[in-house]
Parts: sequence; structure tokens; C-alpha cells
Amino acid sequence: MNRELPRWIDVGVIPAINILLAFLVAGIVVLIVGESPLEAFDVLVTGAFGYDEAIGYTLYYTTNLIFTGLAVAVAFHAGLFNIGGEGQAYIGGLGVGLAALSLDGALPGWLVIPIAMAAGGLFGAAWAFIPAWLQAHRGSHVVITTIMFNFLAAALMVHLMVNVLIEPGQMSPQSREIDASAWMPFAHDVLAGLGIEIARSPLNLSLLWALVACVFVWLLIWRTRWGYAIRTVGHNERAAVYAGIDPKRVIVGTMIVSGALAGFVGINEILGVQHRLLLNFTAGYGFTGIAVALMGRGHPVGIVLASLLFGALYQGGSELDFEFETITRDLVVVIQGLVILFSGALAYMLHPMALRLWRRFGGGEPGP
Amino acid sequence: MSEMWLLTLLTIDATLRVSAPLILAAMAGLFSERSGVIDIGLEGKMLAGAFAAAATAAVTGSAWLGLGAAVLVSVALAMLHGFACITHKGDQVVSGVALNVLVAGLTIVLGIAWFDQGGQTPPLASDARFQSHHMPEVGFLRGIPILGSIWYEVIAGHNILVYVALLSVPFTWWVVYRTRFGLRLRAVGESPAAVDTAGIQVEWLRYRALIITGILCGIAGAYLSTGQSAGFVRDMTAGKGYIALAAMIFGKWRPVPALLACLLFGFLDAVAVRLQGVDIPGIGEAPVALIQALPYALTVILLAGFIGKAIAPKAIGRAYVKER
Repeated sequence: MNRELPRWIDVGVIPAINILLAFLVAGIVVLIVGESPLEAFDVLVTGAFGYDEAIGYTLYYTTNLIFTGLAVAVAFHAGLFNIGGEGQAYIGGLGVGLAALSLDGALPGWLVIPIAMAAGGLFGAAWAFIPAWLQAHRGSHVVITTIMFNFLAAALMVHLMVNVLIEPGQMSPQSREIDASAWMPFAHDVLAGLGIEIARSPLNLSLLWALVACVFVWLLIWRTRWGYAIRTVGHNERAAVYAGIDPKRVIVGTMIVSGALAGFVGINEILGVQHRLLLNFTAGYGFTGIAVALMGRGHPVGIVLASLLFGALYQGGSELDFEFETITRDLVVVIQGLVILFSGALAYMLHPMALRLWRRFGGGEPGP
Repeated sequence: MSEMWLLTLLTIDATLRVSAPLILAAMAGLFSERSGVIDIGLEGKMLAGAFAAAATAAVTGSAWLGLGAAVLVSVALAMLHGFACITHKGDQVVSGVALNVLVAGLTIVLGIAWFDQGGQTPPLASDARFQSHHMPEVGFLRGIPILGSIWYEVIAGHNILVYVALLSVPFTWWVVYRTRFGLRLRAVGESPAAVDTAGIQVEWLRYRALIITGILCGIAGAYLSTGQSAGFVRDMTAGKGYIALAAMIFGKWRPVPALLACLLFGFLDAVAVRLQGVDIPGIGEAPVALIQALPYALTVILLAGFIGKAIAPKAIGRAYVKER
């Protein structure tokens, strides 16, 4: 945007100030409801990192957010706004659950798990493919169609859980439990096998898969011909055409990758924690992924850090419920909204001011 | 009177009730999008309006003050949207998402802090709500066969905001197609550069469009919490803002078709509610969830160009950068 500003201000200082602004406003909200922001911050941090179990929970939330954050970021690089992460994660979970439920008795666990993981990616990708194809070939705006697909996913899941997949004789819409052999191993079990004792928590090996996905996205976007095509289309579609790139294929391909990444949330949730299909397990991770991707500026390292922050907020937020009468975990949703506002919508607000200050104090070229 | 006839009338009546907030929000979206500003934030503005209306009505006991507060809050949010994407040229979709997420959290945090009822506002007494009007002055109409029952079951007996919603459509049509402001509004959504060349301020024009959007969303929110129900419950818009957005697109960014789309979507919702747990011969239990998803599916099919073509205002989604 501003070539004149040095890189460290453009990608370091300004984003940091934007996030600070978000937290500052959140602090004002806490003041308005009559509590001390510092105390609330303290509870958040202790709740997220203060003890063994809390760290496990924080990392479990982080896992989901890495997946959805990467999903949004990959699409961003191609200039696409994938608001459908929530629906893709939901359908991805459906894929994981269907694969695991239909194979868990017949095949050994070490075979069921990878098949279920692949099914999660595949289902998520398929759910993103339709809006992508419509955008590429029919010109339907991907923002609107992915929003619609979130609602379609929710309706489909309600229909399937209530009428088809419900465990016979059960009242609540849940499937039967997946056989324990096909569960994604818990971190506390694996580490106990290695002789390290940690508290029980939902953290499972899906975190490793999330980190693998980070490396994959980094390689894809910055180290392959495909990634070059994605970034070119994102910057300037017309230039991409002249460079011999087919934007239609790039749009569809990028959204498939994006949908698969979001679908992986199903691995952590269904295979790792819930061990059965149920409703609403996505719990807004798809939308938080937008905040994560914006805050992480589309880079896997940034996304891991932002996921860690929001994972901590999710976990620390549940602690707010216990410690305060007037603040609940919903404060985290407020913070999330503010981060999207300041790091996303208002990302350029500070640029003119920064430029003026830089010209006056930082040297560079003299102003016009 | 046959039972079938009454059932039909009652379904149409329910359709009106469900459609009213959709109509208001769809007209709201129409103003914003016709000026070239995408508004994903209809949902958030409605939700904020619903909360402000219920909270104010609960404290003051006046539905009208509640409506005023709803409009104020919703306009303020619309101005924030404008500040982000008109003044600072931020991404319009991102800004809309930010508003929706922010409001979803804020209404609950403030609700719990102020009313201590798990995010709800206290139940409103009947005079702090918008009452249904049975218009007794013209009660004699009821005696007329057929017309009388239509009058009594469908047209009369709503609260005043339903009529406001219905009137918002001719109002929108008149403003957009018959006033100078409307002409400029449509022009700025298609070609802001041309409007700028004619010496009209693009940014101020878009801000004015957003003010109208805010007002209409505020009324829609007030309808939800002080008209249709007696108080605010968390996440009470439950996707209505998105349905309204879909209806506006389904109506191809035009007031009357958008109204028809709202009525269609409202009708589907009313039918789905009525079919809850009903066995349909040959199908089994009615797939209520799938019926409720039809508006979204229809919108996707329309956007795909399979039922006519939906063409958005040309300059939508882009901030206007003055040439130097």
C-alpha cells in the first residue's frame, strides 16, 4: 500500500498498534460493565496458561483455529473471501464421522484414522467446491454463496442428525460412539507412554496435523508455481491472464484447498474429542478463523501465533465465567469482533498518520 | 367458513408476521448496496437494534423510546461501517463481518451486566411493546363474507411496525426511482466517477445511504424484540439479516421483487413451523430443516444464473478513490 514506509512499520508496528487498539476498546467495555480490565486480563492469562490442564485446553482450541485461519488465509491470497469456513468445517466433520462410523469395526484403527482424516478434507473441499465453481464459471459472488452454504450445511446437519444418524433409542441428536480404536490419540496418553505425565485435556495429535498443514500452506503459497499463480490472481486477475494463468482454475483450486483445511477441524473435534457425530461442534471456529487470518496477516507463522492468542482467549474466557459476576466468555467474542474491525476493516486507518510521522522524524525521502 | 380457508388465511397472516423484519432489513440493504457499499452487517445492526429497543423499553416502559434507541444504535453502527469502508477504504465484507461478530458479543456482555438474566432483557409489560391493532373503528368490515375474514385474519391485528414494514417498500421505490437523491444513489453505485465528475460528493452520498440503512435496520430490530416478542434473547436475529440480504439479492436489488422474495422466504418459514412433526403421506415426517434451508438454496441457484440473472450494482464492493 505505502511503498514509502519501511517494512518494519508496515508489517510490524501498525498491525501491533491495531491489535492494541482492539484490546483497548475491549478494556473500555469491561470498564463500562463495572469491572477492572487489568483483573479481567489477569484472569484470562491465568485461565489460559496458569496450569497444566489449561494449557492443554488452550492448545486444543488453537488446533481448530489454525485450520480455519489457514483456510481463510489461503483464499485471501487468491483475492477470495471464504466466509464459509464454518460450513466447510461442519461438513468436514460429517465426512470424518461417516468414515469412522462406517469403518471402525471392520478395519484396524491405524487405517481408519487416516481414511477419516482424508474424508474430512474431502468433504470440506467438496462443500467449498460448489461456491468456487459458481464464482469461477457463473460469476456468483463467493462471499454470498459461502454464507448461504453455511446455512445449508447447518440445515443439512440438523436433518441428518435428527432423522438419519441419530442413535436408535436416543433422544438427543447424536450418533453412536466411534470405537475407541479409531480415536485420535490424546496428548496425555501419548506422553504418558513416553513417561511424561501431563494433566488430562482434549488436546490430541490433531495439533501435529495442524502444524503439518502450516508447513504445507507455506510451501504451497511461497514455494510452488501454483502458489505464484494464486498470489498473482489475488493481486491482479487481469495481469494473471496475460501471464498465462487461468484464474478460473486457480479460484476453484484455491477454494478446494481452503475447504479441505477448514474440514480438518472435524478431525480434531470428531476423531479427537467428541468421538461421535453431533450438532454445533464447530462453535464459531470458522468465523474466528477470519480474525486469525487477518491478525496473522495470511502467513502460517502469524496464523499459529494468532491461533495461540485466540485459543488462549477461548480457554481463559471460560474462566471469566467463574471469576466474575458480570463478565462472561462472551467478552472473547467482543474482542474477536474488535480484532476483525481494527486489523481488517480499519487496517489502513493509521497509514496516513504513520506516513506523516515517518516523513517528519524518520528521514526517508522528504515529503512532496 | 371451511377449515381449509381459515388455515390458508392464518398461514398468510403468519407469513406477514415473519416477513416484516425481513422486508425492513432487505430495504435497508437495498439502500446500502445500491450506493455501492456491500452490507453483510444487516444481521448485526438488527441484533443491536433489537437489544437497544428491549433494553430501553424495559427501563423506560416506552416502546417508542425503545424504537428510538434501536434506530440510534443501528445508525451508529452503520456510520462505523461507513467510517471503515468509505472514509478509510477498508474491505466492506470484512467490516460487515466485524460488526456482526462485535454485536453478537456485545449484546450478551452488556445484557448480562445490566440485567443479570443470562443475556436476556427483562420480559416487557404489554404497554412497553408495540400492540396489535384490531382497528375497531372499522370492525363492521368483518361482517362482509370472504373479504371480511381476509380483513380480520390477515390485514388487521398486527402491530404498527408490520404496517411500517409494508410501507417501507413503496417508500423505497419512490426514493430510489422518483427522487433526485435516488437517481444519484443509483448512479453512485454504478459509476462513482461519473457522479464525482458531476460535482456531487461520492462519500457523503454513500454516508446518507448508510444512514437510511441504519434507520430501517433499527426498526427491524425493534420489531423483533418489542413487537413480535416481549424482550431480547441472545442471538435473536438467528440469521434473519442474512435471509434479508439473500431476499434483496433474490429481488435483484429492486424493491418490489425484494418484497416478493421476503414474502416467499417468510412463507417457507411459516409453513416449516406449521409442518413441525407433521407426517406427509409418502415422505414421512416433514423435513422441516430442509424446508427452512430453501431460501438459501434458492438464492444460490439464482446467483448461479439459473433463474434469470442477478446483476449487482457495478461499483459494489469498491471504495471510491478520487483521481488526482
